[in-house]
Amino acid sequence: MTIYRSHVLVCGGTPCVLKGARTLKDLLLKEIERYQLSDEIRVVETGCLGPCDDGPVLIVYPEGAMYSKLKPTDILKIVEHHLLKGRIVEELVFRERKSSAGALQGSAVPLEQEKYLSLQKRVVLRNCGRINPDSIDEYIANNGYLALGQAVTTLTSDQVVKIVADSKLQGRGGAGFPTGLKWSFTAKTTSDQKYIICNADEGEPGTFKDRLIMEGDPHGIIEGMAIAGYAVGASQGIIYIRGEYGLSIERMKNAIKQATDYGLLGKKILGTEFNFEIDVRSGAGAYVCGEETALIESLEGNRGEPRVKPPFPGIAGLWGKPTIVNNVETLANIAPIILNGPEWFRSIGTENCPGTKVFTMLGDINNQGLVEVPMGITLREIVYEVGGGIPGGRGFKMAQTGGTSGGCLPSEFLDMPMDYDTLSKVGSALGSGAMLIIDDTHCIVDVLKSFMKFFCHESCGKCTPCREGTTRLYEIVLALSEGTATDTEIQLLKELSGAMQLSALCGLGQSAPNSLLTCLNFFADEFQAHLNGQCPSGICKNLTIESEAV
Amino acid sequence: MEMVKVTVDNQQVEVPKGSTILEAAKKVGIKIPTLCYHEDLDVKAMCRICVVEVVGARTLQAACSQPVSDGMVIITNSPAVRRARKINLELLLSNHPQDCLNCVRNQRCELQSLADQLGVQQQRFRPKTKTKSPRDESTAALIRDPEKCILCRRCVEVCHQVQSVGAISPANRGIDTEIAPAGGVDLNDVACVQCGQCSLVCPVGAIYEQDHTERVWSALADSSKHVVVQTAPAIRVSIGEEFGLEPGQVSTGKLVAALRRLGFARVFDTDFTADLTIIEEGHELLERLNKGGTLPMITSCSPGWIKFIEHFYPEYLAHLSTCKSPQQMFGALAKTYYAEKTGIDPKDIYVVSIMPCTAKKYECGRPEMTDSGYADVDAALTTRELAKMIRLAGIDFASLPEEEYDAPLGISTGAAVIFGASGGVMEAALRTVYEVVTEETLASVDFKAVRGLEGIKEAEVDLKGTKVKVAVANGLGNARKLMDLIKEGKADYQFIEIMCCPGGCIGGGGQPIPTTNAIREKRIKAIYDADLGLPLRKSHENPAVKTLYEEFLKKPLGEKSHHLLHTDYTKRGKYPEAANR
Amino acid sequence: MTVTSCNIQKPNLGEVIEKYKEFPGSLLDLLHEVQEIDGYLSRDVMQQIAEGLGISESKVYGVATFYSLFKTAPTGQFIIRICESAPCHIRGAQEVLEAIEETLGIKPGETTLDGKFTLEFTSCLGLCGVAPAIMINDQVYGNLTSDRVKEVLLNF
Ligand SMILES: Cc1cc2nc3c(=O)[nH]c(=O)nc-3n(C[C@H](O)[C@H](O)[C@H](O)COP(=O)(O)O)c2cc1C
Ligand code: SF4
Ligand code: SF4
Ligand code: SF4
Ligand code: SF4
Ligand code: FES
Ligand code: FES
Ligand code: FES
Repeated sequence: MTIYRSHVLVCGGTPCVLKGARTLKDLLLKEIERYQLSDEIRVVETGCLGPCDDGPVLIVYPEGAMYSKLKPTDILKIVEHHLLKGRIVEELVFRERKSSAGALQGSAVPLEQEKYLSLQKRVVLRNCGRINPDSIDEYIANNGYLALGQAVTTLTSDQVVKIVADSKLQGRGGAGFPTGLKWSFTAKTTSDQKYIICNADEGEPGTFKDRLIMEGDPHGIIEGMAIAGYAVGASQGIIYIRGEYGLSIERMKNAIKQATDYGLLGKKILGTEFNFEIDVRSGAGAYVCGEETALIESLEGNRGEPRVKPPFPGIAGLWGKPTIVNNVETLANIAPIILNGPEWFRSIGTENCPGTKVFTMLGDINNQGLVEVPMGITLREIVYEVGGGIPGGRGFKMAQTGGTSGGCLPSEFLDMPMDYDTLSKVGSALGSGAMLIIDDTHCIVDVLKSFMKFFCHESCGKCTPCREGTTRLYEIVLALSEGTATDTEIQLLKELSGAMQLSALCGLGQSAPNSLLTCLNFFADEFQAHLNGQCPSGICKNLTIESEAV
Repeated sequence: MEMVKVTVDNQQVEVPKGSTILEAAKKVGIKIPTLCYHEDLDVKAMCRICVVEVVGARTLQAACSQPVSDGMVIITNSPAVRRARKINLELLLSNHPQDCLNCVRNQRCELQSLADQLGVQQQRFRPKTKTKSPRDESTAALIRDPEKCILCRRCVEVCHQVQSVGAISPANRGIDTEIAPAGGVDLNDVACVQCGQCSLVCPVGAIYEQDHTERVWSALADSSKHVVVQTAPAIRVSIGEEFGLEPGQVSTGKLVAALRRLGFARVFDTDFTADLTIIEEGHELLERLNKGGTLPMITSCSPGWIKFIEHFYPEYLAHLSTCKSPQQMFGALAKTYYAEKTGIDPKDIYVVSIMPCTAKKYECGRPEMTDSGYADVDAALTTRELAKMIRLAGIDFASLPEEEYDAPLGISTGAAVIFGASGGVMEAALRTVYEVVTEETLASVDFKAVRGLEGIKEAEVDLKGTKVKVAVANGLGNARKLMDLIKEGKADYQFIEIMCCPGGCIGGGGQPIPTTNAIREKRIKAIYDADLGLPLRKSHENPAVKTLYEEFLKKPLGEKSHHLLHTDYTKRGKYPEAANR
Repeated sequence: MTVTSCNIQKPNLGEVIEKYKEFPGSLLDLLHEVQEIDGYLSRDVMQQIAEGLGISESKVYGVATFYSLFKTAPTGQFIIRICESAPCHIRGAQEVLEAIEETLGIKPGETTLDGKFTLEFTSCLGLCGVAPAIMINDQVYGNLTSDRVKEVLLNF
């Protein structure tokens, strides 16, 4: 292998590509060529580096200098100063953006010390932004497929299940179900065929972590799936990617082909009796297909409507066979757990919810993008440290955790640790890890309108409370924003929300009212104002702005 | 059987492992309200009316789908349960026309009764603003009203799983979901066989038969008309249910009495032409057996089945017997033979049939069913429609006396009565064919192998050396299986009876609601009881039929029969309107 | 700006059906591929699929109308799907929507008279890192403002 003096990792995540990363990369290559540096400097397209909102982004190693918000002229500067002369171009270096105008600006803090990175702990994103996702060799060079090798050659299936159980890894798809326990049910079944399904239907508004994991480190998912297959005795894997994720589909297909060529998928893997293959299938635009049984229905060529449980997929899933459905992020955790052991994993995060969590930070926040932090980090740390605070120094109004299905937390909760247990206790959820930060210029009712519209659009229509209820919730919130809602309707809203949470068939309908109920609870005044025909934020068009006049 | 102990509302009960909460509750005398649940269909647990509290569970559980586990503690009537049930019901009602007074299901509607049971007394949600697809009145037999549909999908399952037709499916998503034919077109433009099984399971007034009662009332009121009525074999064992009688009772005499009181000039019996059918069809079979005609020969008395084969197996129409159904034979004879005999101008004769079947409405409107020179049958009422007329007339059905059918078209044998149950046509045919071929008297007329609800039944009869292998299918899903055997050349039968509806006509799409398999069993039993109670049990012994041949038809399969009693079929294909696009 | 640019040769309906026929549960994959031919799924096409897979046409229709990426009626040449989920909403999706409506003279659910554009709402596209976002056919665009989106539209 040629030794390069520097590696330039250009972010090839969808957000950066959208902002012209590919053009910049071409320019970069041209410039390097022009300076005849091609033998010394290697340019690699990688997965998401994190601060997507500040894209396009690239990192130059060994210095680890991250440049953001790049324009073509910046590339010229970077090549000339940094790559040729070895001087970091300070003014282009990525800085966390602080709302308190420019506190850190100018001081050339070494990159690794920035809060943005220092609070992060990269397990799932271990390779994202560090290797070329289209190269299995680079993955292997970073200990890739070592865990699979160890598992199939030195561990029994039961031992693998036990390690995962001991790690206390919880599913990262939203519900937080213990992964080891799930695997153990399926491992105990006997069946001529079992399936491992990787759930990459990511559709929760505000969530794009799975997309960027797939784009950035597809082999990590494949390895996790293969280990899962070995653990429960499945020989067929399926990765179900939402139809809109073109690049993810491409990357995964490519990675599967490479792994198959290398004998890491297919028959008799690593000379053992273990066989495992993976198919890529795609959805066609239905959020509910992220629900595991709806996903299975969709794979069987049906309308993506959730099934009645029991039986659970682990016992009778795809084609009635035992089926494990795991989220992308869950599976990406598997190889590191096998390699480093369950104790190591439990040493990260909190006692009940160990490990890291990939969050997407969005909305009114300076560093919009992807971060991986230990479980139990507080909301405040996410918003004000990792996230760099709220733009324009505006006030924090609320955070919606767990995507549109989650609840909304006002500032009293800023110091609450973010993990599955704690959040569900206050009527919210960690869910997929989307953190939507909303500042005090927004109107609760207006935001809720958008939340509720989502569920109207995405309800599958199978069960009564959700099919009819989502529309009614939206209708009443709309009425609030137009000033025509009544007190009794607010009462009805609460009753309806409760009935939906308790009686809808699947998680979609059960969680649709979460945001509404938490807001009714925490922002009662604002609702009252709307009932009185006033919108304190001045956003609802038909209403007057009579601030706090309640 | 492994048993588990559970507690339902503080009462301990032991039930077999795998029972649902619904079943366990029933055992302690609690009837949990349900809506989408139907005892004969897969549990879909979609309406969420049946929810109950299970101690320790995060959410309420649907009683219809949730299996019990040992030690489970269930509360079926907590405030949370009542609130959720009521809200779910109110949600359905809020997206439903407030139209009970004008509705075909008024007072016999599951949604309406629930509203009463769960104490809904005001509409708390805003009136609905979104409209659904318009009412579809395109078919001869049925009306679909998407506005009234509560999306329980019972109809879809019946149409796909039981009937294997698949004419309707859920379309769109979320609040826009509707049950619709492909492409959202009219039902008449797809291969619906008009069996009405969907109307039988619909809990509300969203699928129901085309109303023929109005035209019958008008005919009855028209003094220039001589209005005669025929009753199908299966009506006598089901009509009582409409008036509170237990399923399984035979009400032949009361049925006749009621019809007389409604003002029909003559009360006749389709059983008469059922006997006739056996003579014609029996001879047709013998002819095919002797002359090497197309075999297996398949019965043709079920119009839904006829439409099914025309749509799905059009290349096999030659297997069908050319005999018209008893309803149509009756119509053709009423306006010829009977007209001649009584000297009434056939144009003044109005033939009403009481049928267990919605497809009969379609059948009597088929253009080929005019061999008498007129529409052979003018109106086909379902059992339900007849009951409606009886109620409207204020007739107290239960206390009616037993009366007799009029002669001659009301004279029949037990062989005709059993037409009403799956296997009956076969058994009736065997009784006659055996005796005609062997010229011996059957020791026992009962062919029990072909009776009952089982989907496909087989039997073999020895006709003095010639072995005849027969099969009987009920429900179109089973019919499809037999047709596929024929298609693959694997059917070694000579004669097949196919009935469109599960259980045969006693389970027809026009029968009283509810019609469940348990009720079907009871009606079947009643049919065979009725047969047993009759002095004559073989079609060829029917004296009126003998006279008919002597006076009019001359001989089976003769010239007149051919003209009046036989028909031909039309290749329709699966996509009937594809050519029109 | 293109992220996925699949160079798809227009496939032949019969061949596509043949390809998926023996593969259980393949209806969605089949519909995806078949939709490439005419841009939507006509009744004729759905009938042939039903015939090929041995399922009822009403089921094919039921599936096709469930998923928002399938179309059962002709659409414009380009389908603009604008994200209306909350992260885009609070970052100004409304403004982008208004700009599109103004530029093209259509509302969501409508198609321009020249048959070029269809505008529709979509839920989150997973592009919230660059909210507000839209997709035009299979190309994605993010960080839009009313001016930027007008520029994007000019390129079509
Ligand atoms: C409406 C709905 C949408 C969901 N969407 C997703 C999704 O996009 N991705 C995912 O991994 N899990 C999703 N889930 C959760 C899955 O049902 C399932 O719990 C998860 O895939 C299990 O994987 P895990 O144990 O690894 O989290 C969704 C659940 C519901 C109710
Ligand atoms: S809760 Fe909503 S999405 Fe889930 S089954 Fe019911 S209608 Fe479908
Ligand atoms: S279907 Fe039932 S609830 Fe609806 S209008 Fe008819 S009777 Fe009333
Ligand atoms: S009448 Fe029969 S074939 Fe037609 S939709 Fe109803 S069940 Fe299906
Ligand atoms: S038409 Fe009747 S049976 Fe069919 S889904 Fe609607 S309510 Fe249920
Ligand atoms: S995609 Fe480039 S930083 Fe996230
Ligand atoms: S009866 Fe149980 S959910 Fe409908
Ligand atoms: S919210 Fe618009 S792309 Fe996610």
